[in-house]
This record gives sequence, structure tokens and C-alpha cells, in this order.
Amino acid sequence: MLGEGILKGLAETAKNFVGSFVSAERLTTVQYPEQRIAPIEATRDFPFLVYDGADWEAGMRCVACQICEKECPPKCIYIVKSIDKKPDALGKPQFYPARFDIDISVCMSCQICVEVCPFEAIKMDTEFELSRTDRFGGLLFDREELAKSNEHYHKIHPTEAAQVDARLAGEKAKSDAKAKGAALAAAAKAAAAAKPAVSTENAAAKPEGAEIKP
Amino acid sequence: MTATHKLVAFESDKTRPDDWNRPQVIEPDGDAELLEVAMGPHHPSTHGVFRMDVALDGERVIRLKPVFGYLHRNHEKIAEGISYLGSMPFTDRLDYVCPLTNNWAYALAVEKLTGQAVPERAEYLRVILGELTRVQNHASSIGFLIQEMGASGTPLMYAFREREKILDLFEELTGARMMCNYMRFGGCRVDATAGWLAATRKVVEGLPGFTEEIERLLCSNEILMARTQGVGILRPDLAVNAGVTGPMLRASGVNYDIRKVDGYGVYNRFNFRVPLGDHWDVYDRFMIRLLEMRESIKILEQALKDIPAGPVMDSKAKIRGFRPKPGEAYGRIESPKGELGFYLISDGGPNPYRYRVRPPSLMNLTVLEDMAIGQNVADVVLIFGSVDIVLGEVDR
Amino acid sequence: MIETIDQIFVLLKHWLVGFLPAGLQPVASVLVSVVAIIAVFPSLFAIAVWMERKGLGRMQNRIGPNRVGPFGLFQPIADGIKSLTKEDIVPLRADAVVHFMAPVVLVVVVFMGIAVLPMGRNMTLVHMDSGLLFFFAMGASTELSVFMAGWSSRNKYSLLGAMRGVAQMISYEVPLLMSSVAVVMMTGSLSLGKIVEAQNQYTWGLPHWYIFTPWGLAAFLMYAIAATAETNRSPFDLPEGESELVAGYFTEYSGFKFALFFLGEYVGMLSISGLGTTLFLGGWSAPFSFLGWVPSWFWFFSKVMLSICVFIWIRGTLPRLRQDQLMNFAWKFVLPFTLFDLLVAALWRFMGDGWARWVVCSVILLLAYALMGGVGMYRKHFRVRSYRYAE
Repeated sequence: MLGEGILKGLAETAKNFVGSFVSAERLTTVQYPEQRIAPIEATRDFPFLVYDGADWEAGMRCVACQICEKECPPKCIYIVKSIDKKPDALGKPQFYPARFDIDISVCMSCQICVEVCPFEAIKMDTEFELSRTDRFGGLLFDREELAKSNEHYHKIHPTEAAQVDARLAGEKAKSDAKAKGAALAAAAKAAAAAKPAVSTENAAAKPEGAEIKP
Repeated sequence: MTATHKLVAFESDKTRPDDWNRPQVIEPDGDAELLEVAMGPHHPSTHGVFRMDVALDGERVIRLKPVFGYLHRNHEKIAEGISYLGSMPFTDRLDYVCPLTNNWAYALAVEKLTGQAVPERAEYLRVILGELTRVQNHASSIGFLIQEMGASGTPLMYAFREREKILDLFEELTGARMMCNYMRFGGCRVDATAGWLAATRKVVEGLPGFTEEIERLLCSNEILMARTQGVGILRPDLAVNAGVTGPMLRASGVNYDIRKVDGYGVYNRFNFRVPLGDHWDVYDRFMIRLLEMRESIKILEQALKDIPAGPVMDSKAKIRGFRPKPGEAYGRIESPKGELGFYLISDGGPNPYRYRVRPPSLMNLTVLEDMAIGQNVADVVLIFGSVDIVLGEVDR
Repeated sequence: MIETIDQIFVLLKHWLVGFLPAGLQPVASVLVSVVAIIAVFPSLFAIAVWMERKGLGRMQNRIGPNRVGPFGLFQPIADGIKSLTKEDIVPLRADAVVHFMAPVVLVVVVFMGIAVLPMGRNMTLVHMDSGLLFFFAMGASTELSVFMAGWSSRNKYSLLGAMRGVAQMISYEVPLLMSSVAVVMMTGSLSLGKIVEAQNQYTWGLPHWYIFTPWGLAAFLMYAIAATAETNRSPFDLPEGESELVAGYFTEYSGFKFALFFLGEYVGMLSISGLGTTLFLGGWSAPFSFLGWVPSWFWFFSKVMLSICVFIWIRGTLPRLRQDQLMNFAWKFVLPFTLFDLLVAALWRFMGDGWARWVVCSVILLLAYALMGGVGMYRKHFRVRSYRYAE
């Protein structure tokens, strides 16, 4: 009969009206500034630069290889490579970014920079309350604003950070072992061929070169 | 553009050949003066920035000219300038309602280009994400359609309530709610945890309740039936000729679902049916979307039951230094809106030489005039809503 | 004591007017009542807006406004301040005078209709013998305002909205009137006060409201449909039709003029609910005889607010009709049915007391509804479909 479907619909909205008072399943609104949803581990917002230890400038993992700058789809990363080298966390001398700027207002949070980084130096943050009063420079983050400690990384992405740390530790152990092996081999070679002094220099130079290029 | 220019443009439309089954141009009653209304780009019903230049005789539409391009963002040219991986996040922004199917279509095209294999678990994950995307797209598209009918957004809010749950799942897995950027050439970026799969199962269990709710609320509503039945008829021959795909085509009674035709991914392992419309009107499009949601839920249940263990990324897949051999490939999937295809030509470099998107929204929109002529101006809005477009994909 | 509370507003007025010399008292009495109406109905409007936003929100699984004041109660005040401080834009080529007059006419006319409503025992501003006619005359004048707004704005959307609005309101004016004619036939009076008095009787503690008779229920339903259309409420809100016509006839209005339209629309809703209450729901009479001690004005206003809730509920559920369907519905279903209902009402009157007239009238009306609704409207145009699947 005419009006049957309308009555059915009215019953449905009435059910939802009552339901929104009694069931949290229906009323999904989160009243944002007062209430917050539990942080989701995989969430990504904008990139930050990871550093080890206490001093951000000394412990920065980034070696200014500029792969992320090249790969960034919206081209929001700007890097100036340093002229000199500084020792990194492993103690090896490395280049470092003299400037590392990310324009957060251009960044589209795609995570490509994280994926292409061979040094686990850039990761995604979960900070989203980034509104600034300065329209022009406020969202252009420089090195200091971007640098966050490894502890922070562990706090926001615990599983992923643990994996990264394990991988880095493995690499470090490998390179240590390699260095050790190379040093031992060099020492053995030096001891074995102590007499021809010319070849010793060559043998000693090689492992050093291998150390720089992992 | 002045009025005279518009009229000239319409005059030329009159002379086009009739072999495309275009409707005959309707003449106004007597020598009535036509009212030309530019609906859009700032108009509440145009889903963004889209313009319909409508000539009205009273409230009857005599001519309609769709004008798009306001949201052109140069997607294809940008993609030709950056690496293959670099345009993956841009594909999210094509049809921003269903980013994961866009990812999938692009990944499929590149995988075809390089002959890259995809692990089985990744294929299952893709199916799960693709069908979740289909459910949330169809839900919100039904909601928007009814919103356009003036139901003050109630079904839309119910659709968004369910969409919220699905988007939460997306965020948990991919890190973002809408701009997921999840699929990679040769698999998926990260693996789904057991916890995520359990949460997905729980959400999928709740979905049939939602479709039933929408059905009770809308399907037998007299006003909805009166508004949509017999409105915006798209004949199957015109639909096929114009390249219309997706639920639009199936509502016109043509059995064409790329999931069945191509059987890409692992779709041939699932048991599902393709609903078809017999009346070719707006109500059919609405119902086909609703029924497709149910079939998607079926696929989701099967996929979540059968998903195997294993890696999600092929071991041979490369992230850095990705340079496919010279060649070309066209990868297509059944996206929620229709056939979404990516055509790629590689010259061996790190960037595609040619990159082309076949957007279902744009192709489906081309028949708007044919469906709208002779209808009421209120129905134009409805017909436009039933096409289910996203301007990001139309204009690219 | 009960009497005092029931008549508190009347006594208050007499007390206030008593300070003036006898010659001025009639004028002052009217003025005080007018001020009271102008104070009460806009505050009811504010409450109705708040209820609408909250109720729609809950129906849509949202919370609704909750930031201004407790439970968002002060939201209408904030909205009012906002619309007062907004720029008042008049389109360059608009007919400025008519453009300005349209909302004023709407509000004035809508408030004038309220003058004849009995809002409680002895609480009618103007005791008019033909109060019902006066009300409909005022109600019909709102069309003028709609057309003025649409025509003067020089906007195609406004014009289309105004055309729709006028056509719709004139069409639904007829069934609105016709459905109340049945009540007039029963009471034998056009005076709203007398209509309420006629319903203010009880049998076994139950009231003699007209809605509790078969013809009254049918007339009430038709009245409700026509009233919804008359006030441009969903599902008959085509003149505004925001999805196709942006905002219909008030597209070009902003600031306080827009607020006046808004006020006019809601006060119109309140007054037409007030009339419906008076005609069919027993006006200010209590729903059960043992509740007679509750003040009469309380019953009137709670019935009005209850009907506002139904308006909101319907708005939250239904999509809107199309222009031609709206007209078809008015002329091919609502009007014939109200005419038929007049016949049934006459039959009811002449069948005398007893259970037989209940059965006969109900059966006749049900049959008529099924025939007109089921065959005439339903099957011809649309049906629920089944779908085939390809494997």
C-alpha cells in the first residue's frame, strides 16, 4: 500500500535516533580536542630525520646522499651536501647535510623518501597538529626542526623501529667483522710480507677503501 | 563565454551524425525562450568543480553541455617526468574515494610491463583491499545520490559511518586513511598482521547489517522509486558504444565485469555473481551498486578465509634503480567506478616514456547529455549523481 | 489555584493593563498580547532550530551542535548574532525595494496568522467568528513573499525556485482548506475557539478529538501532507531544493534578510502546526480527563512542539519529490481523497451514534485509500524490482 516504504524508512531513522544514544557502534564521532583516538602504529604524517645519541647534529644518520630529494614526487625536499666530512655513529667519516629543508605544506606524506633511503635516516612522524601562524616560513622545516631522536622513533613506531635497529645492528656487526677481518688480514699480510716494503702500503690501503663503501 | 557563443556550440551539436544513437535534439515547445543556466562550477550538486551548461524550457532540459577540466593537475605529464615508483602516490589522488584500486591498476600495469610476479599473499591482500574499497565507494555513492535527492544526508551519514570503519582498517595497514600509497610493483609494501586480519573479519561481519539497513531505509521508499524509476535511461547499445563501464554498464544490462572477463589477480578463485539491470535507469544503477556491495562482502569473506601465509613482496622486486626494458603495457582492473586502465610505454629509462590513464569516471560522464535531455532539471542532478564520478579522476 | 496557573498569562495581562486609564485599555491589551506573541514564537523558533539540528544529528548518528552552551542550546543565539553581523548583499540589478520587502512581508503575514489561534483557555488575541478563514487568507499571502523574493533577485535559480514555490503552495492550499472543511462541517463554526470547545469533551476519560474518528484521522493525514507542502518542508522542499537550485528563492539573500526568511519559515511551521492542533488534536484540551489540572497553554504548546518533532523526523528520512510528481500527488491523490473524506464526514454525521458508523466509515476510507493510493498512484508508476545475476 502507498506509504509502506516511507513508514519502513521512518522506523529505520527512529531506530538510529535511539541507537545513537545507547550504542557507541552507531555514534562514531570522536570529539577531537577533548577526546582522541588511540594512536595507530602505522600512521604516517610528515617525515623527520633520525639521530642516534643525545646530540642531534652529531648523531644524525643522514649522509646527504640526496636520493630522497631526487625521488620525492612533489619535490619538497631541499638538501645541500656538506663540503667536509664528520664521523657518523659508527665512527666513519661521512658527509652530512649542511641544509636539509622539507616544505611540509608541499609534502604529501607518501613515504617514498623513507622507502628509498638506504641509511634508515628519514622516517615518518605521527605529529599532525602542525598549524602555524607564519604563513610563509612556518611550515618550511629545517634540519633542527626535522631532527628527532631514535627514542622518539621507538615511541611512535615500536615494531618498525625495532626491526630497523636490528638491521642496523646487523650491518654494524658485519662491517665491524669485516673491518676486523680486513685489519687481521692486513696485519697477517704485513707480517708475511714484511720484507718487500712497497707492497705493504698497497695492502694496507685496500681495506681502508672498502670500509668507506659499505 | 557569451550567450551567442554557447548557442553556436549547441548548433554544431545538432549536425553530428546519428550513428552513435545520440538522442534527437529536442525542440522547445512553440517559440519559448530558453533559460540558460550554468550549473556549476560552484554548485552544491556537482561533486566538486564541474559545470553543466543547461538550456531549459520551463524545467525541461533541452540541451546540456558538460564542461570539465577545472581540476586538471597534469597527472600524466608529471608521471612522465618522475620515476615509476614516484607516480604511485599520485595515483591515490586520481579517484580519491578509492585510492587502493588506483594503486592496484598502476601496479598491475607496471608488473605487466616488467613481467614481475606477485606473491600469493599479496594478491589476496589486494583483493581484500580492493573489495573493501568497492564497498565503501558504493556506500558513499549511494549516500551522495540520495543526498542529491534531498534526504538531508541521512543515508550518506550511515554510509560514512561504515566507511569510517573501513578507513580505520586502511590506516592501520597502510598508514593513511585515503592516500594509502600501499601497493608496489611485485607485491604490497607491508604485510598485514594477524590482528589486522581479525579486525577486518569483524568489520566484514558487520557489513551485511549495513546493506540491510540501507535496503530497509530506501529500497521500497515510494518517493525514491518515483524519483528514480524511468529516469535517465541509458540504452545498452549507446553504453557500449560510448565506452561506459562498471556499474553503469551493468545497470544497462550488459554483462561485463573485468573481474570475470580478465580474471586478474586471483579473482577466478572466488565465487561471486554479477547483478544486471533490466530497466537501465537511475534506480537500476542504485540497486546494482547495492547488490554489488553484497557480492563484494561475499568475496571478502572467502578471501579472508583462504588467505595464505608467505611474503608480500617478490624477492626480485626492485625499489631503487627501477628501469623496465623498452616495451608497452596496458593494465586494467574493475575499479568501483568502471574499467580503470593504465597504459605505459617504457624506453628503458627510469621514467615512463608515455603514461596514460583510462579513467572510468570520464568515460561514463560522456553519456550525461544523452541521459539528461528531455528530463526535468531536478533529474539532471540525479542522473549526474548516478554516474558516480570523482572530479579528480575526470580531470586528472 | 489550578485556575490561576491556567489563566496566569491572562491575569498578568489584566493586571498590567489595569494601570492604564480605561480608554486606553483595549488598545493596550492588544499591544501586550502582540508583544507576547512576538516574544514567544521567535523563542520557540530558536528551540525548534536547536531541536531540528540535534534531532537530525542523532538520526544521522551524529552529535549535532554541542559547543555553544550546555548541549549546544545557545547555538541559535550564536547563529542569530552571526547573521546580524553578516554583510547584507543586494545584487546589482535586483529590484532593491521588492528584494527588501519580501522577507518582511513573509514575517508579518506569518505572525498575523497566529493572532487567531487559541493558545489556551481564553488565550486568543483576536476572537474572530471566521478565524479559520482569516488564517488561510494570511497563509496564502506567504506565496506573495516567495514570488517577490524570487522575482526581484534577478537570479535564475531564484526565479525557478519561486515558480516552483508558487505553483506548489497554491496547489496545496486547496487540500489544506478542504481537509479543514470537514472539521467546520462537524462543528458548524469557523471560529477556532468553538472548534476547540467542541473537542474538549471526554467519554470514559478519553477526549473527543477529531483525530480519533475515521474521517478525522484521514483529514488530519491529508492536512499534515498539505501543511508540509505549504511550509516548504521536506519532502516537499522543492522551492529550496538545495541540490538543484542552490537555495531556491532565497539564493540571493544574506545576513539578516536570510535570517528573516528562516524565521518566517519556522514560525509558519509553528503556526500551521498550531492550526492542525486546534482543528484535529483538541487544541489546548488535555489528552485525558484526569490531566485536566495541567494548564491549557502547556498542552497547546507541547502538541505544537510534538508536531515539529514529526516534521523533523520526516525531514531526516525522506528524499524530495519532483515538481510534476508533487503536482500529481496534490491533484490526483490528496485533493480527491479530501473531497471523498468530506462525504464520509457527512455520512458520519447522519449515521448517528453507535458502533455501526465507525465500521462503515473506516471501511469506506480504507478502501478509498487502497484504491486511490494503491492503484492510482503506486502501481502505475513504480514498483520494487527484482534483479537477475550473471554467474
